[in-house]
Amino acid sequence: MSETSIIDSAILETYEPVIGLEVHAQLLTQAKAFSRAATEFGPTPNTNTDPVVLGHPGTLPTVNRLLVEHTVRMGLATNCRIRPRSRFSRKNYFYPDLPKGYQISQYDDPICHDGWVEIDLDGEVKRIRINRIHMEEDTGKMIHDLDIDNTLVDLNRAGACLIEIVSEPDIHSSREAYLYLMQIKSIVTYLGICSGNMEEGALRCDANISVRKRGAEKFGTRTEVKNMNSFRNVERAIEHEIARQIELLESGGQVVQQTRMWDAASRTTRTMRSKESAHDYRYFPEPDLLAVIVTDEMMQAAQAALPELAIARRRRFVEEYGLPAYDAGVLTETRDLGDYFEAAAGALKQKSTERFKLVSNIIMTEVLRVLTESKMEIAAFEIRPERLAGLVELFASDAISSKNVKDIFGAMLESDRSAEEISAEKGFVQISDNGFIEDAVQQVLAANARQLDAYRGGKTNLFGFFVGETMKLTRGKANPKLVNEILRAKLDEA
Amino acid sequence: MTETYNDLRKRLDQGETTCSHIVAGALERAGATKDLNAFLALFNERAAARAEEIDRRVQSGTAGRLAGMTIALKDNIAVRDEQLTCGSRILTGFTSLYSATAVARLEAADAIVIGKTNMDEFAMGSSNESSYFGPAHHPMDRERVPGGSSGGSGIAVATAVTQASLGSETGGSVRQPAAFLGIVGVKPTYGRVSRYGLVAFASSLDQISPFARCVADAALVLETIAGSDPNDATSSTRPVQNYADGLDTADVHGKRIGIPSEYNIDGMHDSVVGALNEMRRRLVEAGAEVVEISLPHTKYTIPCYYVIATAEASSNLARFDGARYGYRSPNATTVEEMYEMSRSEGFGEEVKRRIMLGTFVLSSGYYDAYYRKAQQVRRLIHDDMTSAFANVDLILAPTTPTPAFKLGEKAGDPIAMYLSDIFTAATNLAGVPAISFPAGCDATTGLPIGLQFIAPHFGEAEMFAAAAWAERTLKA
Repeated sequence: MSETSIIDSAILETYEPVIGLEVHAQLLTQAKAFSRAATEFGPTPNTNTDPVVLGHPGTLPTVNRLLVEHTVRMGLATNCRIRPRSRFSRKNYFYPDLPKGYQISQYDDPICHDGWVEIDLDGEVKRIRINRIHMEEDTGKMIHDLDIDNTLVDLNRAGACLIEIVSEPDIHSSREAYLYLMQIKSIVTYLGICSGNMEEGALRCDANISVRKRGAEKFGTRTEVKNMNSFRNVERAIEHEIARQIELLESGGQVVQQTRMWDAASRTTRTMRSKESAHDYRYFPEPDLLAVIVTDEMMQAAQAALPELAIARRRRFVEEYGLPAYDAGVLTETRDLGDYFEAAAGALKQKSTERFKLVSNIIMTEVLRVLTESKMEIAAFEIRPERLAGLVELFASDAISSKNVKDIFGAMLESDRSAEEISAEKGFVQISDNGFIEDAVQQVLAANARQLDAYRGGKTNLFGFFVGETMKLTRGKANPKLVNEILRAKLDEA
Repeated sequence: MTETYNDLRKRLDQGETTCSHIVAGALERAGATKDLNAFLALFNERAAARAEEIDRRVQSGTAGRLAGMTIALKDNIAVRDEQLTCGSRILTGFTSLYSATAVARLEAADAIVIGKTNMDEFAMGSSNESSYFGPAHHPMDRERVPGGSSGGSGIAVATAVTQASLGSETGGSVRQPAAFLGIVGVKPTYGRVSRYGLVAFASSLDQISPFARCVADAALVLETIAGSDPNDATSSTRPVQNYADGLDTADVHGKRIGIPSEYNIDGMHDSVVGALNEMRRRLVEAGAEVVEISLPHTKYTIPCYYVIATAEASSNLARFDGARYGYRSPNATTVEEMYEMSRSEGFGEEVKRRIMLGTFVLSSGYYDAYYRKAQQVRRLIHDDMTSAFANVDLILAPTTPTPAFKLGEKAGDPIAMYLSDIFTAATNLAGVPAISFPAGCDATTGLPIGLQFIAPHFGEAEMFAAAAWAERTLKA
């Protein structure tokens, strides 16, 4: 089956997809969930371990306080209710990347429940409910391609702090799923509890997908799609699975409850396991750990320490800085970028909506371009916000042209000098002297009498020609805004 | 018959003996009693080196509280760089990367571990017959069992190879062999001793538990190993009392002692009934008030215990999968075969029976009828105990219904074997402490009889005091 559906879009429209997402977020903690072993990434396989992580006989888990604190913050940030008392449970199954033969997780009564997040669906705010957020430990990794005869196991990741965020089936398109996932990423990164990097597996997503005829109350049979390791893949996989299910139903078939793997290369999903072969995890309360108690004081402290999240910040950027909603959305995509904008805006000597918009423009065009090209984080960007503010001020005071802005920006990347210094050195001084520009305009009009006659005879599209000639004569240093004004006045005065 | 640790320590401090001499003697006796199959490993060099080191401290007057106390460890308690078999084939070749907290505390007090002892495989059994390394034998009658699952640790103390030993209790695995062998066995309050380094059988029931030949030695060992441990979330932060203090003059005058009427069961041996009655008479004579009490849910103890213990065990033993350590079947060619064959060949019959039972009671569709129900029953058994302790200071009961039984007598009948825990398992389910102490012998066989005092949660001090009194009055 190809990615593009063979089904007519009119038929697709008669179905309503129903989607719930299970998102795993790996928390940024130095120690593991239930042992003091380190969690840093990338070292030699099986070195971030200790007897507890290795599941050695006689070892016992102890709870990392940060696991609980981070999860409470995530719960509060997603409007969840927090259980004052919750328990860990064991999820029992055999797999070589699971050292104890069970995963410590939460089953009944997870620590966070009944919350919601908002997504912005083309200007319309939609609420996606969250069923639960629970704490658990990560598994190790299996490596199949290093040894011809054996599968290797790396337990560096085993036992790392993980939370699972389970949505209600409130998502009705691949686009909504994408936006929801971006929203989760935004929240975890704003909270600073997860890197949000899907490619590295810090954020993982499984989707439960079914379709039903529009207006139908009963849910269709669902499939679970796994192995979608990028935001785009989540969107594509869901789109594909929706089409697959509708095609199946339209051709008289039935959807079988099963787990399917997304194959990014072929852009299809394929059967992983059926309902019959599903595990019986035999959950039961973890007897090695006491109940997790979240006191009122802990909750209040967590609430007080919550940062402003992207969605609120975006609204504030529109209100406080007068930015267009689009700009506000881009600038608040990450907490660091929003901080960068606010620092630059705050460093402006003269503050105005126009100048805030100029800051936004330079960030969205120049800064983000450089970051993307060099795969750099804003926190490491060499032009700090104060220097960027200097460039904006130079431009706003009509001292340089917009072309000069690009040049100076480029030079600022190479050194730590100010925009003013670079501008002076390059002779980028924009001339805004009325007398000087009037002289130039007069010269141009005198030298081009034929075109002047034509213009005055009705060929007004020659206006651009006169602008160009004037700029050429002044070697680009004339303030184009003034050139326009003065030309317009001279041309139309007769 | 043998001296208390305090007497031994006097001789040690006065230079009449040395740790090296004590350890050499212990290893020699272990060799002489080899046919009892009590030891799975002897730490000859390690113990000798430790002894020399501690002898230097004895001379300089800096030796620890338990200097020269020899200790045997049940082989489900971890010692760094030493084997940890749990009496099972599945841990073939495994050595521990760390020492159990209890072991570290004993060693910090200068006690000397001389070896690892035989046990029922993964502590599942009441006779020591399920060990992969063969059964251990009762020192007084080799045709009889020493009790279990901590049979080897019991024998080490009963035969005076070591001054004390550690076993582990889940449903009576220290008190029952203590009763069979005529020594003292103590099951502490759940959470009193860190479980870190004790290979889990049933996490909510397990406690490391000492054996000794006298109450005072048992108290000394327990106060050394007890106390909170950051590595065990279920260990209690309550301060540890000095259990051994004042035991010489301990008394039961004015105490209220309850005897559960439900413990008067069919099939109880006459000698056990006789020992209980004799103790009742002596208590009254000493000014204690003995009353009949009721533990109404006693008849559910064994079923409840076997549902909870096997459920937890089925999960706790999942890590023995052949993937990372221990036995891996050489016949396996796929991951599934590695699991199935390693576990089928690595575990013995009793362990497999309990894993299957535990897997069943936790499985979807049966969880509510078995596991959840058993948890509810456990709460009732717990409440039976706490309501009893609202009226009495201690409970007196037989430790076992009979003296040591014969090898093979119950091996083919799991239910009969399970019933030998009838007087002990409720204590573990309720989490309260108990001490089994020798209370005479069977007149015909000469086999020892054990009685136990059961105390409220963290009532160890009073429990030791009563047992010390009983020990004294029975000797007199």
